[in-house]
Amino acid sequence: MTFRDFLQSHIVRLDGGMGTLLQQRDLQPGEHPERWNVTHPDVIVDIHKAYYDAGSHVVCTNTFGANLLKFDEEELERLVKAAVNNASTARAQSTAPQKKFIALDIGPSGKLLKPLGDLDFEEAVRVFAHTVRLGVKYGADLILIETMNDSYETKAALLAAKENSDLPVLVSNAYGEDGTLMTGATPEAMVALIEGMGADALGANCSLGPRGLRGVAEQLVKYASVPVVLKPNAGLPRAVDGNTVFDVTAEEFAAEVADLVKQGVRVVGGCCGTTPDYIRALTDAVEPLSPVPLTEKCRTVVSSYTHAVTFGEQPLLIGERINPTGKKRFKQALLENDITYLLSEGVKQQEHGVHLLDVNVGLPDIDEPAMLKTAVCELQAVLDLPLQIDTANIAAMEAALRRYNGKALINSVNGKADSMAAVFPLVKKYGGVVVALTLDENGIPATAEGRVAIAKNIIDTAATYGIGKHELVFDTLAMTVSADNTAATVTLSALKTIRETLGCHTSLGVSNVSFGLPNRDAVNGVFFAMALQNGLSAAIMNPYSADMRKTYYAYRALGGLDENCADYLNAAATFATATAVATPTETQTLDGTSPLQHAIVKGFATEAAALTRRMLTDMPPLTIVNDEIIPALNTVGCGFENKTVYLPQLLMSAEAAKHAFEEIKAVMASDTAAKKGPFVLATVHGDIHDIGKNIVKLLLENYGFAVIDLGKDVPPQTVVDTIVEHHAPLCGLSALMTTTVPAMEETVRLIKEHAPWCQTIVGGAVLTKDYADKIGADHYGKDAMECVRYAESVWANAANR
Amino acid sequence: MSMTVLNKTYSLPPIDTRAVWRYAAARTETEETAALLNACLDELGDTLSPSVCYAVLPLRIDGARCDFGAFTVSSSSLAAHLNGCERAVVFAATVGVAIDRLITRYAALSPAKALLFQAIGAERIEALCDAFCLDVAGHKTRFSPGYGDLPLTAQRNIFAVLQCEKRIGLTLNDSLLMSPSKSVTAFVGL
Repeated sequence: MTFRDFLQSHIVRLDGGMGTLLQQRDLQPGEHPERWNVTHPDVIVDIHKAYYDAGSHVVCTNTFGANLLKFDEEELERLVKAAVNNASTARAQSTAPQKKFIALDIGPSGKLLKPLGDLDFEEAVRVFAHTVRLGVKYGADLILIETMNDSYETKAALLAAKENSDLPVLVSNAYGEDGTLMTGATPEAMVALIEGMGADALGANCSLGPRGLRGVAEQLVKYASVPVVLKPNAGLPRAVDGNTVFDVTAEEFAAEVADLVKQGVRVVGGCCGTTPDYIRALTDAVEPLSPVPLTEKCRTVVSSYTHAVTFGEQPLLIGERINPTGKKRFKQALLENDITYLLSEGVKQQEHGVHLLDVNVGLPDIDEPAMLKTAVCELQAVLDLPLQIDTANIAAMEAALRRYNGKALINSVNGKADSMAAVFPLVKKYGGVVVALTLDENGIPATAEGRVAIAKNIIDTAATYGIGKHELVFDTLAMTVSADNTAATVTLSALKTIRETLGCHTSLGVSNVSFGLPNRDAVNGVFFAMALQNGLSAAIMNPYSADMRKTYYAYRALGGLDENCADYLNAAATFATATAVATPTETQTLDGTSPLQHAIVKGFATEAAALTRRMLTDMPPLTIVNDEIIPALNTVGCGFENKTVYLPQLLMSAEAAKHAFEEIKAVMASDTAAKKGPFVLATVHGDIHDIGKNIVKLLLENYGFAVIDLGKDVPPQTVVDTIVEHHAPLCGLSALMTTTVPAMEETVRLIKEHAPWCQTIVGGAVLTKDYADKIGADHYGKDAMECVRYAESVWANAANR
Repeated sequence: MSMTVLNKTYSLPPIDTRAVWRYAAARTETEETAALLNACLDELGDTLSPSVCYAVLPLRIDGARCDFGAFTVSSSSLAAHLNGCERAVVFAATVGVAIDRLITRYAALSPAKALLFQAIGAERIEALCDAFCLDVAGHKTRFSPGYGDLPLTAQRNIFAVLQCEKRIGLTLNDSLLMSPSKSVTAFVGL
């Protein structure tokens, strides 16, 4: 019987702890336990055999930390080979009667993935893939990915396992006392991610005892369709007379775990502090029990790195603003690689209450796969909303899905054979709920029946890929009512049938319906209400539209979905102010400066933007810049240099100025504002501290410099290549750590060699004037204002020549 | 030789705003910056997850050589700091990833807020270290890699012994910086 079959019909018993037993056998603190596979095979075989003898169906190889980050290739192969052999030997020696399997054990890499740490996602996949291939080569029966405390690393390991083997894969996470992973994911979110990628079982291990993990186990059983794994610690460790002891006895442990088996947990074992005695007690406790049958939960759910969002409980709002279609400023931002603009749109939509964010960066002449991947990575670094990957470019879709930290909503597939053939394999591999458009090779049917027929075909085809209909969300296509007065009713009729008869969830891009009509918001709002009444599960919409927001909150209140109308009351408070936001009327402030200057000096960003918007109606943009914004910035900048203004206030003012500039950019053609520079800016290789660099960037932009921000941890060659490509006259480098100053020195050296025209300015916590001179930099920037002054002087000299 | 690594967590004291302003390079607050700090503290809420892992190690000092049993480091400043102690606590402390997420979020969107979150994080991790050191050693003086002539490479020894990755989710980058960033490792004499 294969392990996969066995898992379907049995309560599976794993083994217990390894590390604590090795310590008892004199493993030294700091010593790699994996090396004992080769140096002490007798001890390892002994422990494995003791677990088989105690009743384990599965023992896990002693390979928790066996990866390329800790061992070189040659040693790693020896260790994994010996580890699997040791388990095989133990299996051959044990006379215990149960089925016996060997799991290749894979623990965390020991590094945190970017952007929180410095390990790249694909590098993590590569590291895990290597261990997986060795496990397969030497004959493991299954793979156990365990103790993962980060959803992103979990995904990397699972992807590596799926791409490099056909073995069953069990995935187990380490949840903290608050019931979430160290990086924030709830059990529900992990179920979405792990099941979506096709793991054979999922669960929880380590960190807590069986009582501490009880809540997590119950959640996992509630949401998972695959078997749930539970492998707790023997409680918490204490030091007694120099020895480590755990506070839960074998009998207590077995009783607690058995109780959770009765509730549906299917794969059980022990982690830190558990011994063969615990597994023997556990075997006795669970042997009489029959497995709770697995049930398909059929939930339509997507997730981010923190939480899951489920279709059907409440209507969902999908913010549509990250999309360049018809947005000049957004197109410009994309073409200039201005990711900050995209992030601010994301954050703003989140503040307006959306549940998911649509991400579309499709433009002609753009490398869409690279851009969509970057957009997804940057968004998920700062926003915890699930993303809807919106693209017709399959390469871009795969690039984004691969890097997405969760289970995405995918927009979209349709009834055309080639669309389904391209999209469904990606859904199957990376997980995801996919929006299915009811159109096919013959276009969009004019009737509701025609659209429902396409939906049925899509459901049937998805099933052949092993994709259930709960992973599909149908969009019955809102057409323009001004062109065809039955357009809305056909869409709604198809929507209702799909929701009620086919039992699938639905979504609509609501605003198409009003195209060509005046006061579109009014039409959209009513159409949205009609769609909700006909079973709409999610709307792709403009969250800044007051009409849409009013409809949404009123519908929920009226539909009994908003207890005590609490959400409506909260939202209603913003309806009133939305139209009357920040329209200051005074033209002079008490100290005689203009209101805009006052707002910038004080750092009131919203007010600065509103005032600028108003002034633009009767003043040329450049006059506002030269007579208002720059003088205000100079006031604060001089204050900073004279030590009457401190850094936080300087930054608040700079941000207010930036908001004012955004308003000005919005009305000026993109290329009329002549910019100084460009100024290439980077935090040097190995260093991940970029706050100082960001401050310099903000101020330089305020003073009219075009800044090419290469980010942090930037290799010297990248800096030089960028300077050469743009023939940049200025380059700023930042380093916080003494350990990364050599990288700065190397970067300066390369610049001098390959781009001798470029002036270098360096700064950062550890730097001094002497140090800057020593490494050959042209200038030492003691703070951000100093950088601005220097940049201005270099630019002025260049202009004079 | 056996050695036990233990975990601890503490509820942190109220935030010391004067320390925050010091870390934010501000000698005083203004009405506007004070309002911004309050907004940051509201946004932070209770998302920090302070945790510490530590072990008590034997100590033998011979000149600059500090022998902790599990490993030795050569540092005359550490030797001076631990002079007269027979044992030392080695610990790793972190306030978790939440503050890093906020710093990343605002690095792009609002450097002023990013600066304040940096400063809040610095204040919180120091408060955690103070609470821990008072608890296990009765005093607050500690000595971290990077102080004096104690090399940053000592981080590797500390991480190997404490298994910080597994115990408190703290990892060491190639450049010997820690992630999450608001974290400290140090020695405390007993």
